Amino acid sequence: MSSYSVTEPSLRQKWFAGTLVILYAVVTILPLVWIITTGFKSPSDAIAYPPKIVFEPTLEGYVNLFTTRTRVSEETLQQLGEPKTWYERIVRKDGLVIAGPSRFGERFTNSVIIGFGSTVLCIVLGTAAAYAFSRFRVPLKDDLLFFILSTRMMPPIAVAIPIFLMFRSLGLSDTHAGMILLYTAVNLSLSVWLLKGFIDEIPIEYEEAALIDGYTRFQAFYKVVLPQAATGIASTAIFCLIFAWNEYAFAVLLTSGTAQTAPPFIPTIIGVGGQDWPAVAAGATLFLVPVMVFTILLRKHLLRGITFGAVRK
Amino acid sequence: MSDTPIDRIAQATPPAVARRITGLSDRSIAWLFVAPSIVLLLAVNIFPLIWTIRLSFTNFRVNRPNAEIEFIGLQNYRRILTDPDIWLTMQATAHFLIWTIVLQVLLGFSLAYLINKKFRGNDLWTTLIVLPMMLSPAVVGNFWTFLYQPQIGLFNYAVSFFTGADPSSFSMIANVNLAPWAIIIVDTWMWTPFVMLICLAGLRSIPDSIYEAAECDRASKWRQFWTITIPLVLPFLMLAVLFRGIENFKMFDLVVQLTGGGPGSVTELTSINLKREAFEKWRTGYASAYAVILFVTVFGLASIYVKALNKVKQR
Repeated sequence: MSSYSVTEPSLRQKWFAGTLVILYAVVTILPLVWIITTGFKSPSDAIAYPPKIVFEPTLEGYVNLFTTRTRVSEETLQQLGEPKTWYERIVRKDGLVIAGPSRFGERFTNSVIIGFGSTVLCIVLGTAAAYAFSRFRVPLKDDLLFFILSTRMMPPIAVAIPIFLMFRSLGLSDTHAGMILLYTAVNLSLSVWLLKGFIDEIPIEYEEAALIDGYTRFQAFYKVVLPQAATGIASTAIFCLIFAWNEYAFAVLLTSGTAQTAPPFIPTIIGVGGQDWPAVAAGATLFLVPVMVFTILLRKHLLRGITFGAVRK
Repeated sequence: MSDTPIDRIAQATPPAVARRITGLSDRSIAWLFVAPSIVLLLAVNIFPLIWTIRLSFTNFRVNRPNAEIEFIGLQNYRRILTDPDIWLTMQATAHFLIWTIVLQVLLGFSLAYLINKKFRGNDLWTTLIVLPMMLSPAVVGNFWTFLYQPQIGLFNYAVSFFTGADPSSFSMIANVNLAPWAIIIVDTWMWTPFVMLICLAGLRSIPDSIYEAAECDRASKWRQFWTITIPLVLPFLMLAVLFRGIENFKMFDLVVQLTGGGPGSVTELTSINLKREAFEKWRTGYASAYAVILFVTVFGLASIYVKALNKVKQR
């Protein structure tokens, strides 16, 4: 018989706990499953009553997401002859023809450009600042660190008024550069605090050894500290990317055309008589699934990231 | 020249040290590394904040750039603090804040407590539960309006399945009494995992030896829960509440997409109200004063709370 432990829960407790947690998990995951499945439904299946769990999958939602369509008369439709591609065939069934690409591709690309651009900047600035805060005696260190954190407490709308005015006079409104700068500033607090935690964990002896061996501070920084901090930097980068990717308030206030990202755009996808739910769900799926994958990859560092390094497991 | 290893090291050292001395001093490197971040934050956060404070004493309107800007002192502040509509907004925000925190703490702690029973596969289920937290609130909020639709919505269908109510008889979003709960439900769905993760870290930080000692003293499980588990998890729980409090005080994206502040203005939280004043009515000076009041409130409440948190931690 194995050794008895007072802290080990009994088998019955485990079953009970497991059942409840699994029940909660299933309920909580249902809306996400619904988003993904609605993307593959036809518009009539999407709004069927009772809600359809078994349905015939179609790519209509995805075709509608990426295209704009117009209705043409019966004769024109016949003159056009057989549809040449699979997506044209889907559209023709409803008596429509494809008029051109929709804006979704552009908006998604904007999200990628702004997300990655701000993440790179954030990591470069954040790593440098975090290293200095971790290793050197910076005057007013605690005050500066608190100041950096406090920038996160402001409601975005509260600073949006002057940023709106500032961007307008500098010609930065609705540009990629403006949004990259803005998102970098928003996420910098996260990046500095998280990275400082990760760099604090690297024993200072490694650098001291390198310095004694004749490395300069800079060499010690990028040849010793950076490789050691690689995991920390990677997970910080993913957090910055996710937060920039999800940001909505600044995006909806400061962009309208060229630099608009996907979050303000997806809810505006409309079809006949209201939102085109399969297309919205298709857009949401493409937008959310990468984040879900990253969340699963990051699960070990998740807690640390969302608490700015305050809780380390 | 002697050729012991020590001498060789001594000979090799001088040029390297020289290189180090000609490099930058630690002090200048520190400044070089910190300065860009500070400059960016000053430009994008502090400068706008000062500008907001300045605007808050004026009657400036962005849509009338040629009108003369007058300094009107504290008039904006007086008007905001005596406006009954703004107090209604504050009440809606308080209702939202209190209920989301209560529900998330109860659910989050219970889940963490259950997961800590270490049943088989708990890691997998924890990861699944955490998923909603990291998703875009705007996109998810927009999709929830679909789930909330009378008749065809999945949420209404589920409610009618369990209670027998007609799924087309109620609309979570259009009903004045239900809309405040519609936003609380979605926020709780998204953020319970956050509280859960923090509580789980707290529970896992309690060493087994404390429970073993309590068992030796014949303390009941109930007693152990209230005198060991709860006090030791409390600092973690309070931290979770701090984060959720600040985040939900700023709440904008999720609620804008879900209800847009409606019906009427029952779910018009402060950020949405502020956006309306600033970017729809274009009362820039007035909205700036509003923003300053909000910021002072968050900052003040957060500092008081952090003091309390530190006291609990020290105990």
